[in-house]
Amino acid sequence: MIRRIFAGAGLAAVAFAALPAAAQDVVVPAILELSGPGAVSGTMFKNGAAMAVDEINAAGGILGKKIKLEFVDTASDPGKARAAVQRALDDKPIAILGPVYSGSVSATLKLTAEAEVPQIIGGEAAPLTAQGSKYIFRTSFGQNVSMPKIANYIRDGAKAKTVAVVFVNNDFGKGGRDAIMKELAARDIKVVADVSTEAGQADFAADVIKVKGANADVVFVYLNEEESARFLREAKKQGLNKPLIGETTLLGQKVIELAGDSANGVKGHVGLTIDAPIPAIQAFGKKYEAKFGGKPDHNGVKGYIAPYMIKAAAEKAGKLDAKAIAAALHGMTITPDKVPGILIEATWDDTGEIDRISFLGEVRDGKQIITETLPKLKK
Amino acid sequence: MSARMSVIVGLVALVALALVPADLTGLGLPYPGLKRYGTYILTLWLVTAIAAMGVNLIVGYAGQETLAQAAFVGIGAYLTAIAGKHGVPFGLSFVLSGLATFVIGIALGFPALRVQKHYLAFVTLAFSVLCWLVFRNETAVTGGVMGLRDIERPFVFSFQLRRALHFYWFVLVIAALMTVVLWWIVRSPWGRAFTALRENPLRAESLGVDVRLYTLLAFALGSAYGGMAGSLYAPLVEFIDPSPFALGPSLLFMLMVVVGGSGAFLGPFVGAGVAVLLPEWLRAWETWYLLIYGVLVMIMMALAPGGLVGLVEFLVRRRKAQP
Amino acid sequence: MTDLLQLVIAGLATGGIYALAAIGFTLLWQTSQTINFAQGEFVMVPAFFSLAAMKLGLPFLPALLVAVLVSMLLLGVAFRYVVVGPLLHRGVLPLVISTIALSIILKETVKDFYSAEAQVFPTLLPDRVVTLLPGVAVSLAQIGVLAVSLVTIGGLQWFLGGTRTGRQMQATAQNPGVARILGVPVERMILYTFVINAGLAAMASILISPIYLAKFSNGETLGLVAFVAAIVGGFNQVRGAIAGGLLIGVLDNLAASYVSTAYRQAIPLILLVLVILFRPQGLLGRREERAV
Repeated sequence: MIRRIFAGAGLAAVAFAALPAAAQDVVVPAILELSGPGAVSGTMFKNGAAMAVDEINAAGGILGKKIKLEFVDTASDPGKARAAVQRALDDKPIAILGPVYSGSVSATLKLTAEAEVPQIIGGEAAPLTAQGSKYIFRTSFGQNVSMPKIANYIRDGAKAKTVAVVFVNNDFGKGGRDAIMKELAARDIKVVADVSTEAGQADFAADVIKVKGANADVVFVYLNEEESARFLREAKKQGLNKPLIGETTLLGQKVIELAGDSANGVKGHVGLTIDAPIPAIQAFGKKYEAKFGGKPDHNGVKGYIAPYMIKAAAEKAGKLDAKAIAAALHGMTITPDKVPGILIEATWDDTGEIDRISFLGEVRDGKQIITETLPKLKK
Repeated sequence: MSARMSVIVGLVALVALALVPADLTGLGLPYPGLKRYGTYILTLWLVTAIAAMGVNLIVGYAGQETLAQAAFVGIGAYLTAIAGKHGVPFGLSFVLSGLATFVIGIALGFPALRVQKHYLAFVTLAFSVLCWLVFRNETAVTGGVMGLRDIERPFVFSFQLRRALHFYWFVLVIAALMTVVLWWIVRSPWGRAFTALRENPLRAESLGVDVRLYTLLAFALGSAYGGMAGSLYAPLVEFIDPSPFALGPSLLFMLMVVVGGSGAFLGPFVGAGVAVLLPEWLRAWETWYLLIYGVLVMIMMALAPGGLVGLVEFLVRRRKAQP
Repeated sequence: MTDLLQLVIAGLATGGIYALAAIGFTLLWQTSQTINFAQGEFVMVPAFFSLAAMKLGLPFLPALLVAVLVSMLLLGVAFRYVVVGPLLHRGVLPLVISTIALSIILKETVKDFYSAEAQVFPTLLPDRVVTLLPGVAVSLAQIGVLAVSLVTIGGLQWFLGGTRTGRQMQATAQNPGVARILGVPVERMILYTFVINAGLAAMASILISPIYLAKFSNGETLGLVAFVAAIVGGFNQVRGAIAGGLLIGVLDNLAASYVSTAYRQAIPLILLVLVILFRPQGLLGRREERAV
């Protein structure tokens, strides 16, 4: 654990080191949450990206030029993120990575759109691709894509008529809650409880009691990692015996580790997971663990594919130019046979939304098991 | 410093500050100025300093404690952003923000000042968290956690201040005016009453100074400065969400003022400078900057409680004293 | 009805922990005019002392002991002499600022040197669920937490009221000047308060970390609750802090259930403001005379 921190700090130090970038190096700023509430997500993204760039450089770089990532900490604050993006844009980069937090993305996407520089983000909030920017690109599903899939599962798989929704009251949780409410309403499924919780909340007794009282068919849980674990423990303790359904985070490695056996039986949609039955992802997970001393989460995968997106787009466009790269990414499908770093075949549409296969999973005996693979939305 | 000296120094500082981010190569001088980011940081410094001036008035001059300044900044920011979306011109929003926060300051301070000093800190602390909860929960009005985006820069006589440099000059003028107003207040009999208050409240009261009224006015005015700073913050960042207005930033405002020099007129500028620039300088130790900042503050409190300005004054005095 | 009972019992359990944090805070303020804004972090850090000790190979129970002792040393003795001592004579503001800075330092140190992620913390008390009445399920851990808190508090009350040292500490709290004249070793008493505060905070940490998971940011909410509980309960009586802690624990749960989960934090804060305005001595406190 401490080793991982030092490894991460060491990596940051190297990235910052007073080594002058060789004249051939192309600098790509990575504006990420390296401290504050988003520190874990941001650091995972950073590590994944750093690993990808090392691989790309070892294989000759992009169009013959080596890439140098320049990491900047937003401290999980949208104001700082905006300042950092502004500063990065002053140097006219070919692309910008990050932020991960949707609030910070929201604060910065107008800047990159005006500067015509592609911004490859980790944010999942639905509105991000709906604001008309032609320069925003996702690395994982927006909630506008994942929530319909979950709603379908609730309707067809769980066959539920009523749902209790528990969400964390930040940009991630609220966005997800708004999206799922819309999808459930469109499928005539009633939401009988709408419970907001705080980021960092520790005591979920009242929330579980509320959910129990609502007597819904299923409970949709959309919290951050630690809060998910605490909620699951409390639910088990109070004997909440309705199916608990979630999205990626709820079935993730970290939650399983923190919640112990109260995570068993949890089901849900998993957009991106290192436990997917796909050799490329498994290999990535092992590589990451060997390098950084801990398992990655989906933010690590997001960070990893981002530099490969730039590589594929730049090669298609034939030049290391921001505008050309963005244009090339629109409508592009990257397949792992040509670009192994992309891990799973992915397509981007004109709004920057990503289309990929995804999975339905369940937690059994402390492990995430994939029960079904869902196809891409558009073939 | 005599009044005339202060005026001259102030004018020189104003001109220097106006020129720092400007590209002077057009005038034949080899100074390229600052790019958009540097200008942005300077503007942020000015806005922070305005809010810090407010805290300094409350803490340094009137000897009270406030843990709610970030909330007042937030009130000003949200008022201006929402009013702007409804077509209200910036000048009006700015004044309204100041007035609203002044009135809220009076409402908050009036009952709280009846009790022991530390209780004011806790009341402001509670107020701070309550404001943040309202910002966060009332999505229909404030945009909730997603915040309000695409906040427009103000128009000055139908010229929109889109460029970073133009907006900077605009903020500089306002900051200068607000500094002058504060300077005048501090040097007025009203301001001198504050010093009396701070040194010895009981004696001041026995000499006929209406302790409660002055303290209340100081609190309200200091909070109003916060509100007006918030009014400038919204168009600067062009996006606001509740996070900069939570309890943590309020605490940082207090730290900032004390680090700069509580009760010293220039203290807030120095303190705001440290708060805005330190993360930039410590870029290499990005994640450790708060830790280093905390340690520096603690050392400073033990060795130089007069803050950085106090330290400079001490060194100057010592040098003068040496033959 | 069973829901209400469930909420109240859960609230009392966490309330017991809040009470431990609030008592120490009150004692410090009383004896040495120290408002410890780092109190929340004092409750967060000892868990990490335990975790670090366990990493070095110690089994769980000795690691807990180590944590309590190290806390008393660092957060008690060292805090008293290194942080508070030099600043007491400079007035209250530098001390307040220092404790704010200390809270930042403690938080960032844990985050940078241990981990930014939440850590599982082993529980002293078994997690088995016990059904008291139909519909009211409590875990043994929760009952245990409440029991340990009450025993600790009871022990403290006995110490303060029944032993000579305890009564000397009370004298120091009420009026240090007079106490000194009466021959009470005031400096030593003040030191004891700091050590006791650290010990109570360590206990709170060990009890709450299994539920909350040990994380560097735990101090933020815990600190706020400690202040509110101490003031609402009554600042100049230890029993005030106890009552305040239990009340806030229960109120928080009730607010979440019956008012609004989005505004649950607001209810204790509104109570705080009302108490300060209308009954500043707290619900159980004594009226204080104003010092001239």
